[in-house]
Amino acid sequence: MQPMELGSLVAGTIDDTLRVSLPLFRAEAALAATVVLVLLCRMLPVLRWLDSGLVALGGVAFAFWYAWCDATGLPLSGWPGADAVPGRQELFGGLLVFDALTAIIRLLLTGFLLLYIPFTKVSGIPDREDGADFYTLVLGAALGMCLMASANHLLMVFMAVEMASVPSYALAGMLKGRKASSEAALKYAVYGAGAAGVMLYGISLLAGVLGTCHLPSMAAELSRVVGADQGTTMVLVLGGLMVAVGLAFKLSAVPFHFWCPDVFEGAAAEVGAFLSVASKAAAVALVVRLAFGLGTLAAGPGGEGLADVRFFMLVVVALMAAATCTLGNLAAYGQTNMKRMLAYSTIAHAGYLMMGVAAAVAMMGVAPGQARDAVSALAFYLGTYLFMNLAAFAIVAVLRNRLRSEEISAYAGLVRSSPGLVVATAVVLVSLIGLPPLAGFVGKFLVFSSLAQAISSGAASPAVRSLLLALLVVGGVNTVISLFYYLRVLKVMTFDPPPADRFIDANAPVWLSGGLVAALALPIVVLGVFWSGLYAFAQLAGRIAS
Amino acid sequence: MLPVATLDQPALWPLTAIVFLPALVAALLSLPIVSKGREEAIRWITLLTTAVVFVLSLWMAWPTLFGAVGPAQFRVGEAGMQAMVKQPWIPAFNIEYLLGVDGISMPLVVLTTFLSMLAAAASWPITKHVKAYHVLFLLLETGMLGVFVSLDFFLFYVFWEVMLLPMYFLIGIWGGPRREYAAIKFFLYTLLGSVLMLLAILMLYFTGDLRDLSAEQLVAAHVVSPVLDAAAQADAVAAIKTATSPVHTFNLLALAQLGQLPESPFAAVNLWGLSLETWAFLLLLVGFVIKVPVVPVHTWLPDAHVEAPTPISMILAGVLLKLGGYGILRICYPICPGAGLALAWLVCGLGVVSMVYGAFAALAQKDFKRMVAYSSVSHMGYVMLGLGVWSAVAGNEFRWDAWAQGVNGAMFQMLAHGISSAGMFFMVGVLYDRVHHRNLEEFGGIFNRMPVYSGLAVAIFFAGLGLPGLCGFIGEVLVTLSSWNYSRVLAVISAFTVILTAAYILWAIQRVYLGAEYKGPHGDHLTPITGRELAIATPLVFLAILFGVAPQTLFNYVTPTVNRQVETLAEWTRTVKPDAPAAQPPLAADATARR
Repeated sequence: MQPMELGSLVAGTIDDTLRVSLPLFRAEAALAATVVLVLLCRMLPVLRWLDSGLVALGGVAFAFWYAWCDATGLPLSGWPGADAVPGRQELFGGLLVFDALTAIIRLLLTGFLLLYIPFTKVSGIPDREDGADFYTLVLGAALGMCLMASANHLLMVFMAVEMASVPSYALAGMLKGRKASSEAALKYAVYGAGAAGVMLYGISLLAGVLGTCHLPSMAAELSRVVGADQGTTMVLVLGGLMVAVGLAFKLSAVPFHFWCPDVFEGAAAEVGAFLSVASKAAAVALVVRLAFGLGTLAAGPGGEGLADVRFFMLVVVALMAAATCTLGNLAAYGQTNMKRMLAYSTIAHAGYLMMGVAAAVAMMGVAPGQARDAVSALAFYLGTYLFMNLAAFAIVAVLRNRLRSEEISAYAGLVRSSPGLVVATAVVLVSLIGLPPLAGFVGKFLVFSSLAQAISSGAASPAVRSLLLALLVVGGVNTVISLFYYLRVLKVMTFDPPPADRFIDANAPVWLSGGLVAALALPIVVLGVFWSGLYAFAQLAGRIAS
Repeated sequence: MLPVATLDQPALWPLTAIVFLPALVAALLSLPIVSKGREEAIRWITLLTTAVVFVLSLWMAWPTLFGAVGPAQFRVGEAGMQAMVKQPWIPAFNIEYLLGVDGISMPLVVLTTFLSMLAAAASWPITKHVKAYHVLFLLLETGMLGVFVSLDFFLFYVFWEVMLLPMYFLIGIWGGPRREYAAIKFFLYTLLGSVLMLLAILMLYFTGDLRDLSAEQLVAAHVVSPVLDAAAQADAVAAIKTATSPVHTFNLLALAQLGQLPESPFAAVNLWGLSLETWAFLLLLVGFVIKVPVVPVHTWLPDAHVEAPTPISMILAGVLLKLGGYGILRICYPICPGAGLALAWLVCGLGVVSMVYGAFAALAQKDFKRMVAYSSVSHMGYVMLGLGVWSAVAGNEFRWDAWAQGVNGAMFQMLAHGISSAGMFFMVGVLYDRVHHRNLEEFGGIFNRMPVYSGLAVAIFFAGLGLPGLCGFIGEVLVTLSSWNYSRVLAVISAFTVILTAAYILWAIQRVYLGAEYKGPHGDHLTPITGRELAIATPLVFLAILFGVAPQTLFNYVTPTVNRQVETLAEWTRTVKPDAPAAQPPLAADATARR
């Protein structure tokens, strides 16, 4: 009997893997294959003439194409319609899950890579020598990030976080021979290892109490044991907080943000762009994934027993959001290095994103429609954030090539020599403040509106509503604070006289870099006015809530 | 992708063209094909653009000047919204590209286009980064016009914010010695106000539900386009009425209808002890009074004015300050009437405090431009008072006619101040261009050196003073009279402020224009007024006199709309606040209180 059962189990697994899981895993598989290909090109002398960046770009194009097909249902159906909803499908025996959020985040990440690789080619870091290493690490980390967005099992969560983090440590140290870069890599690795350890400990606590790491099973078990006795609850709270530490590290949320400014300052601007956009998107997706995985029952409505779990998550997320946002904005004010300032800006934006998460957590399970809007707002925010931060770091990289400096003071009077670049910078920074008619405003508007919607809905309790209202006010005040430091850069660029002894590297290709910055900044303007299309995609992601 | 156009008007173009023509020209100017060196051409293109926009707005506002009244033109004497443009923008949030003008916004639009044209002409002395200056100037014009004509709250907010950045750079790059400080202060104050406004917008949006409105109200608010045939209208109404979840809206007219329902959804929600209506009113009020500005949030204004170049000061005083008053009139009161009634004392009090404080501060100034800036604070206080007595309760009697009188006065004061303050700032600028200082103590004897200029300047300053026969008089007197019924103390104070106003203006005239001879620096540069300057000053003086002797020219536009709004709200008070004191019969349309 035993062999028979094993045989059928193996057959079933193979069948499940080949027929169900792998077809929905095409995008990740394409990324993995590209990594192998890039390495092969470096090893085999016959393939050495191939540029690793182009190989990577080709592979990413495939991955993007698959992600697009999976997100929109049909190849070339083009636009997400009501019938193009990817349903919820567990892959690989429940380790991963494919649903609307997976599809959209994967689309976002591969789309980001599609823009990111040309950016690195134009900005010149990595050089040809480092190319293979660099793109291997980037694609490997991106693969981990895709897994973060689709993890359905705490072990998978941990593995995905590590898979995304470890290449990032190496990327931070890419600038060989530069002390700041090595220091950044070391700080990042030590911090990351610590956070990973705490997270793993938390996972084991949760697994120990609940007897499973499979998120839907955990939720079912949670709804049974929560509040049963004080000891269990204590362990659960502790485990939850420890997992939150790991997530906060990835999100660079206060008080686990200390690595972020140092790493951004020490690493190349190209690496900063990758960490601030892709890493953040994946972390937000993972937080949403865990919140919905543990706070609602996959089986459908119900889960009244989970109300306490949700409230706990809400308080943690809301407090962290308020602290992250405020501290990020206040600390950014004193910065003199552009990359360091952008690091704090990234932290502040993590705070705004977590406000959206808070709205989603407050509404999930009680008002699915509004939770859906909140997740849509997050997805939209991430979509615009991609362009804003990629453009911001592209500007830093272009100016670094031209001025050999990343200090804000070095940008003085730049408007006289390169007005176009300054206009693009103005667009990016004003969009980061969140002023219309730019895309950053719409993202912020959507997040704030999801908070306002939760406040004005009758579904939430008065305590929750007060908490969210406070969060909304904090978000508004922070918008005003953020004005100072973003505008200061523009002030230096436009009002201040240029230094007499300015060094300008005449070899830096002006047209290519200018075109790159324009191509990244233009969508910020367009998406600020015509955002219906992007919002339709974002609404797809929201479907995980209903 | 674009949805099928549903226009209230067969042609999009009059309002859209007025709003976006400056931005379009700005975009063209900013292209690299316009070389930086062709400064004269850039100046002329800008002036021409603003002139075209002015003529377009005049064509709308004064159709008889151009022959018969076309469908897209403004029918003077009608109270309702006209020349509506309705186009879905973001269907997921019911955000529309909804434009329209009525008797309140039409004169303000013309004022904006007119002052923009004069300010463009006054920009000739700008020699630094001419191209960038004019691009930003044109963008600013689009923002200002957009605010006055948009009827969708989201759109309104977008235009409101669009103005900020051009203004920041215009003050920060082309301003005086402390320009950076003034620019960031202006930006910060306004952004704080607009973030508060955004919170109020979101609260109102998510609380309002279109299903509460009747079919007639939906059509009247242009939620359902009135140009559709009856069957299509019925379908659209049914689609809203039968929706399973609340249908939210940013439509300002619909929000006003909701706010004036007997069971206003905004009054029903309670947050931290106050109704949502009160919160929204307060948040919006703060956002708007920062722009007006009102003591104690006025401190950005003197700095911004003193540092800004002359044309930008003209725009700032002439148009930007009016946005605050317009917002209060268009948004605060119609949407939150209950809070407006309850908080009338606040609005009136703020108005009188600004009035008196601004006048005393103006008396104390040594800087000519700073004095004019504080006079703006004082004059805009009259606007606040006039808007505040809107919901007047005097002892135990409601005076509907006093409401209308006050609001008409406030509207007139806004328009008159637009003319006189822009004129005053221009006159200061003319002197500054010559002698490069603004110290009141060092002037004197200008009359002898520049007689034509001095004559025009004195006329404009008298208009600001409120001399009968000039435009400043009408608004002040109407507001003061109407406030008598609200509070005798406030009325007496505002009447006495006129003496303070006379004091600082006459004293300034004495110190600058009179006296034996000019002893200050750069005396040899006091050349007579140029033709270009004359062309800017003369229309302003002419209008100051015209509106002073024939205020009907403005009241014909303003009164029908204002009276209708007052009547509607009076009716609302009578039915919804029955414990309010006994009411008088509603106003007849022609019983406007004037002088």
